[in-house]
Amino acid sequence: MNRLALFLPLALFAVLTIVLLLGLDKDPAELPSALVGEPFPAFTLPSLYDVNRSLDERNIAGEVVLVNVWATWCFACRIEHVMLNQLAEQGVKVIGLNYKDNREAAIDWLKERGDPYVFSIFDEQGRLGIDLGVYGAPETYLLDAMGTIRHRRVGVVDDRVWDSEFRDLYAQLMDDKR
Amino acid sequence: MRLGLPIGLAAALFTSMLFGSENLVKFSDESLRIRYQTLITELRCPKCQNQNLADSNAPISQDLREEIQRMLEQQMSNREIKQHLTSRYSDFILYRPDVNKTTYLLWGSPLAILMIGLLIAVRLNRRNKIHAGSLDKTAVDQESRIAELLKSGEDDK
Repeated sequence: MNRLALFLPLALFAVLTIVLLLGLDKDPAELPSALVGEPFPAFTLPSLYDVNRSLDERNIAGEVVLVNVWATWCFACRIEHVMLNQLAEQGVKVIGLNYKDNREAAIDWLKERGDPYVFSIFDEQGRLGIDLGVYGAPETYLLDAMGTIRHRRVGVVDDRVWDSEFRDLYAQLMDDKR
Repeated sequence: MRLGLPIGLAAALFTSMLFGSENLVKFSDESLRIRYQTLITELRCPKCQNQNLADSNAPISQDLREEIQRMLEQQMSNREIKQHLTSRYSDFILYRPDVNKTTYLLWGSPLAILMIGLLIAVRLNRRNKIHAGSLDKTAVDQESRIAELLKSGEDDK
């Protein structure tokens, strides 16, 4: 038998080690994004502030926007809220999706911490959440002017995440729109 | 005092029976319940690492169970329901994912490893046989040599 064949187990072991090492860096809790490249799902839901004001996907289309899934029960949303306020100040259009929350508590939260949202959709049952594949708040979606989802972030958007995942794409989408 | 534990246990069992969520799910047709059970055991909770929708108490699992129940009542097939959910939550939620280009490694590797194992086993077996054959030959040689020696020894007497 060929002598080189004796090294086969070692080679296999090396390959396996590399594959497993690469796997260590992956976050097993993160789902692959099924909706990137797809249009924002259709919905008809009330506004957070006004029960009688009905919102749908047409209210979102036409602009490059961030859609931010938030709730008062979501602890990480507290941290993220500061960042969202900053982004809104810089002129980024942020739309809130208040997810499975209490209306009064949510309005109080925005009064207390400032309201970065152009408007907030009130999704009490979490139905739009299911259509978006939301499995935890906060989540943030970047939509182009056609209403297509271009990027999704599960978890807090902070300076680091904005710089690495959103900034360039956002600038590019704004350019495309012009 | 001695009765405290059994009574407590019985009470705990009774309340858990009362609150057993499975029985609270209402279906227009009982045959849907069987499909519902199959689906919620086969589908994975997106928030949890290794629990199916049936075992998980996460709010998202409750929502998805309700969604599945709603879809069953709308006469959607199991395939349609799974498709509906994977288009939102990706293949992650399938405990038995379909064979496609992202999963061929997952489905194929056990078969490939089995094949490699069989190949090695067959080769080793064949080599052993050849080896064993040559052993037999030396044994025969030695035996005839012994016989020869013994014979010559007898002749010397």
